[in-house]
Amino acid sequence: MDVKSSVPRRGVVAGIAALALLAACSKPPAKTSTAEASKAATASSVSDVGGLDALVAAAKKEGSLNVIALPPDWANYGTQISTFSSKYGIKINSAQPDASSQDEINAAKQLASTSRAPDVFDVGLNIALANTTMFAPYKVQGWTDIPEALKEPSGQWFSDYGGYMSIGYDAKKVPAPTSMKDLLKPAYKGKVALNGDPTQAAAAFNGVVAAALANGGSADDVAPGVKFFSDLKKAGNFLPVDPTPTTVASGQTPVVIDWDYLNAAQATSLKGKVDWKVVVPRNAVVGSYYVQAINKDAPHPAAARLWEEFLFADQGQNIWLDGSARPVRADAMVKAGTIDQAAYAKLPPVAGTPVYLTDAQTNTAKNYLASHWTQAVG
Amino acid sequence: MTAPTPDALAPSAPSAPPVASGVAGRARAPRGSRRRTVWRWLLLLAFAVFFLVPLLAMLEFSTRGAGGRTFDAWRAIVKDPDLVSAITISLELAVLTAVGMLLLLVPVATWVHLRLPRVRRLIEFICLLPLTIPAIVLVVGVAPIYAWVTYFFGESSLTLTFVYVILVLPYAYRAIDNGLGAIDLRTLAEAARSLGAGWASVLARVVVPNIRGALVSASFLSVALVLGEFTLASLLNFNNLQVTINLLGKRDSAVSVAVSLASLVFAFVLLLALSYVGRRRASSGVTEEG
Amino acid sequence: MSASQPATARLSRLVPYLAIAPFLVYVTVFLLYPTLIVVAGAFTDDSNRLTSSTLRVLTEGVYLRAFARSIELSAVTAVAGAVLGALLAWAVWSGPREGPLRRAVTAAAGVLAQFGGVTLAFAFIATIGLSGVVTNFLQDQMGINPFSGGVWLFDMPGLMLVYVYFQIPLMVLVFLPALDGLRPEWREAVESLGGSGWDYWRNVAGPVLFPAFLGATLLLFANAFSAYATAAALVSQGSPIVPLKIRGFLTSEVILGQQNLGKALGFGMIIIVAVVMTLYALLQRRAARWLR
Repeated sequence: MDVKSSVPRRGVVAGIAALALLAACSKPPAKTSTAEASKAATASSVSDVGGLDALVAAAKKEGSLNVIALPPDWANYGTQISTFSSKYGIKINSAQPDASSQDEINAAKQLASTSRAPDVFDVGLNIALANTTMFAPYKVQGWTDIPEALKEPSGQWFSDYGGYMSIGYDAKKVPAPTSMKDLLKPAYKGKVALNGDPTQAAAAFNGVVAAALANGGSADDVAPGVKFFSDLKKAGNFLPVDPTPTTVASGQTPVVIDWDYLNAAQATSLKGKVDWKVVVPRNAVVGSYYVQAINKDAPHPAAARLWEEFLFADQGQNIWLDGSARPVRADAMVKAGTIDQAAYAKLPPVAGTPVYLTDAQTNTAKNYLASHWTQAVG
Repeated sequence: MTAPTPDALAPSAPSAPPVASGVAGRARAPRGSRRRTVWRWLLLLAFAVFFLVPLLAMLEFSTRGAGGRTFDAWRAIVKDPDLVSAITISLELAVLTAVGMLLLLVPVATWVHLRLPRVRRLIEFICLLPLTIPAIVLVVGVAPIYAWVTYFFGESSLTLTFVYVILVLPYAYRAIDNGLGAIDLRTLAEAARSLGAGWASVLARVVVPNIRGALVSASFLSVALVLGEFTLASLLNFNNLQVTINLLGKRDSAVSVAVSLASLVFAFVLLLALSYVGRRRASSGVTEEG
Repeated sequence: MSASQPATARLSRLVPYLAIAPFLVYVTVFLLYPTLIVVAGAFTDDSNRLTSSTLRVLTEGVYLRAFARSIELSAVTAVAGAVLGALLAWAVWSGPREGPLRRAVTAAAGVLAQFGGVTLAFAFIATIGLSGVVTNFLQDQMGINPFSGGVWLFDMPGLMLVYVYFQIPLMVLVFLPALDGLRPEWREAVESLGGSGWDYWRNVAGPVLFPAFLGATLLLFANAFSAYATAAALVSQGSPIVPLKIRGFLTSEVILGQQNLGKALGFGMIIIVAVVMTLYALLQRRAARWLR
């Protein structure tokens, strides 16, 4: 190969590379979208837009809504989506149903200047607290019905529904467990699964906390919970596989530790095929609420706000209740008599006082998990 | 190593089993070849069992019913309205990706063999890089580029082609490289050049016909990858076949297994059809004289 | 080159570089720049300040063990997949080139090479999981309990078995073009000289195929190294291998603010593959010398 002609080649390649790098370093010029011009993007309540009807009109004009991380069988979101769509004629694009709360934030950041960015978030509390700069403050019409402790004062995030940690089990394959300690018995060998890794998924994290409460720990001390799962693994009862509706339906994960609304949804959808039952373990009641937030740079701001209004109106709250989740306005709706009594009565019974972790307790627990979980179950 | 004879300018004769070719009429040693045949079929049977049993387990689960076998889950597939558009998009992506891959890689692989042996390892490393980085990490780096791609090309799912060509590089390059290594490229190219062909002719009429098998392999890999790709499309919130299948499967677990199996069968039938198209194309390459 | 050279000759010398320029530009924009972004992100934390926690990741015991396990998993499944895949490729190639068997196997190989993720994990759990079809068959009909030594399906041995399922088809697809280069005349020549089949493979076909075999093994290694969707479904606890640890850092909703560590691990993976590639290049050079 001719040495001299390799110099211009290297030069050309380097030049192209440099140009490409330089060009890519900058952001593309933002398209002036109608979203910025519309009033909805800065509205912090329905009155800012001129009333609910004006909001509906603006949302219909936008035509679609991007949601993320909403599996259809999670707290009955499937019905929420189809009801909203048919009621207002707005198409809902449901992306990444398996995403975690962090994935939602990642997607919002990565898709920031596209029309596919998520409009609304349904995330865990700690994720919301860490990312308040991404949210647009908005107070839904039922704002005063939401307990003070469960919302951010200016409306950046607000709780939507919650539940308690539960044990779901196949009644035909295993005996009914009444407490977490029962799961250590030989009858459960190779049968118990946890919904995710506690250092990654909120549901699994709360499962460990529930195990801690059941084994002498407390909201401040999750070490007994970690030890419980370590014992479970040593006894050969712990399955490290990720439980999904498919593994439950096919009988590969006969016992699943997960939110009560998720286990209850399984029971409903598998009726006739698997005798799935749900029990909230006695005196180890861990509760948690998820929170809603609106993306500050939502591609469809009016539709996003209408979605929130829909979810927090009586109809949306009752749809969640139908999915065995406990809607945040439940107490107010019971007083007003607008709650769906039949669904309310079908919720899994809870014995004992629920424990809700504070932010500080969550931090301590997750630090402990980060340094001890892998060795415990590895 | 014995050098292939100059009449290897022609693509090697297809359809004759290599063992039986050669001087006409000369019988091959019967005992050795029969033992080989037995081994061959035993191997094929063993592999067939290994690969089919998990698929049959999937079929078994998807047809479980209250009182025996039921095909409700399979029937639910055809009722889904989004599936048809998702299939169309994925097929278009598959075609675009295969074409883009061929246009990019065949010249590069040829030149690396012919003229640029020093950059060979560099190109190999570049073509291996997409496989080193898990998709969830790659999307972090690709997302800023996609802001520009969306600005120029719009929001269509077809813009996934750009990333898919990258994803396909490792597999396609390896197949094409192996194919080029199997022919005596240098002799062929020099012969063609000495006959007055330009480089484009050399590529189109000498190289391509001789590595048709490798190109078909590379295209197979591309099409199969695009049809089976989920992570990148999902993380960029695009709707391709696998994303739609995933969402469809969320409704019911038997449906999710059924639809996954259906997509495997669909891809298989597609590739089978492609293999007939690939072979029947009339050879326009340089052929042996006389 | 001197200016008296005819222009056409100079132009023809530039053609190779012009031919690969589009490729280089494309790859720079869509691959090298994203890789740079990831590597740069490895060294900055959430508020875009330089951080040294990255070095912690690349040297702490937990992560070194994860790398070791990843390398072990990839190497074992690469070699196993390469050998078994080469065998299957031979079995297919020995038949008629345009025949239905070869077509069917290549089409199936194309499909199964990309088959992975939750569905593949489920297929294997349904087959030899604790209540799988084959497990039940072995226990009921033959009295064998495949899990008497512990549940290996959800640990490294299980991962290896499941990975081999897509490694073998990939090998078949990538290696068949190399097998196609074996001329039947060579076999005839060896046999007419009195050599056996073993002589043929050892002295003629083996050396010819070795570079392609090595290249394909390298591809299989990288394929297994970065695969994570299947592992994520099978082993959801503890993240024993590197891609799972990366997923934990990037998507955990419990422990936040460690995304740069995920990118750092990705950078580590690139380094390891670069090292493996160097070894591969050395091996190829050795083999080329041996071929002469």
